[in-house]
Amino acid sequence: MKAHLTRRYLFSASHRLHSDALSEEENRETYGKCNNPYGHGHNYALEVTVSGQVDANGMVCNLVDLDTFVTDHVLERFDHLNLNQIPEFASDVPTTENLCIRIYDILNRGFHPAHLEKVRLEETMMNSFEYAGSDARE
Amino acid sequence: MKKTVYLTRKAEFSASHYYHNPELSQEENQRLFGKCNNLNGHGHNYTLEVTVQGEVDPTTGFVLDLKRLKEVLNREVLDVFDHRHLNKEVPEFAKQIPTTENIAIAIWRRLEPKLEGAKMHRVRVYETPDLFVDFYGEA
Repeated sequence: MKAHLTRRYLFSASHRLHSDALSEEENRETYGKCNNPYGHGHNYALEVTVSGQVDANGMVCNLVDLDTFVTDHVLERFDHLNLNQIPEFASDVPTTENLCIRIYDILNRGFHPAHLEKVRLEETMMNSFEYAGSDARE
Repeated sequence: MKKTVYLTRKAEFSASHYYHNPELSQEENQRLFGKCNNLNGHGHNYTLEVTVQGEVDPTTGFVLDLKRLKEVLNREVLDVFDHRHLNKEVPEFAKQIPTTENIAIAIWRRLEPKLEGAKMHRVRVYETPDLFVDFYGEA
C-alpha cells in the first residue's frame, strides 16, 4: 500500500528582493518594502512530502533518514543566513518561489529512501509556495 | 523544462448567512438544513486560501506579485464579503444558497477573470477549522 508522509521543519533566514536586471526605481516598484537594502527576515516553515509503499516496519521511510538529510542539506545550508549571500542566489533573486525550487532540487537529487512528492514552503502564516518538480513533457 | 510553482495566499473574512430554499416547504427546509435554516441567520469566521500556478519569472523571481494578488483579493472578495450578510448583501446569493460550496465557486468566478499573468489553481474555503471546500474551476 502506498502512503504519503509529510514532515514539517522550521528555519529562519533573511533576504532582500532585488534584481540586477531592473533599475532602482523598477526594483522599488516591483518589490516594495522587500527591496529595503538592509534586508529583512522570515521564519520559514518547510513541509516535505514523500511517498512510497508501506514497508514491513509500517513505514514509508525512516523519519530519522529524512530528518538527517533535511538537517544536513537544507537547514544547515539556509538557517540563520542571509540568502542573498549564498552562491545559488548570486544571480537569482531569493524569492520564496526560487527557494522552494532550490530545496526541491536538493532533496530530489540527494534523498532516495522514498519518492519526493512535493515541497511546500511557508514564508508567513498568510502565504506559501509549492513545487512538485518540472514538467518533463514541456 | 517548465517549472510550475503553486502560490497560496490566505485571507479571513467574517459573514453571516442562512440556508433556505424557497422551492421547498418550511418543513423540508428544516429537515434539510437543520439549525442553518434559522432565518435570523448565523455567522462564521471564514478562512480563504487562493492558489495560483505559474512559472517563475526569471527577472523578478515571482510567479505573481503578491501585492497585486492581495489587492485583487481585497477588492473582489473581502470588501464584498467581510462583515456582510451573504444572503442579503452579496449579489450571487440573492437566488443561490450561500453554502460553503457556492461561496468557493463564487470566489473563483470573481477572481479568475481579474488575475493577470497567473492561472487560478484552487479556491479553498474553510467555514470552520474542521470543514472546508476545494473548487478547481471544474464543470
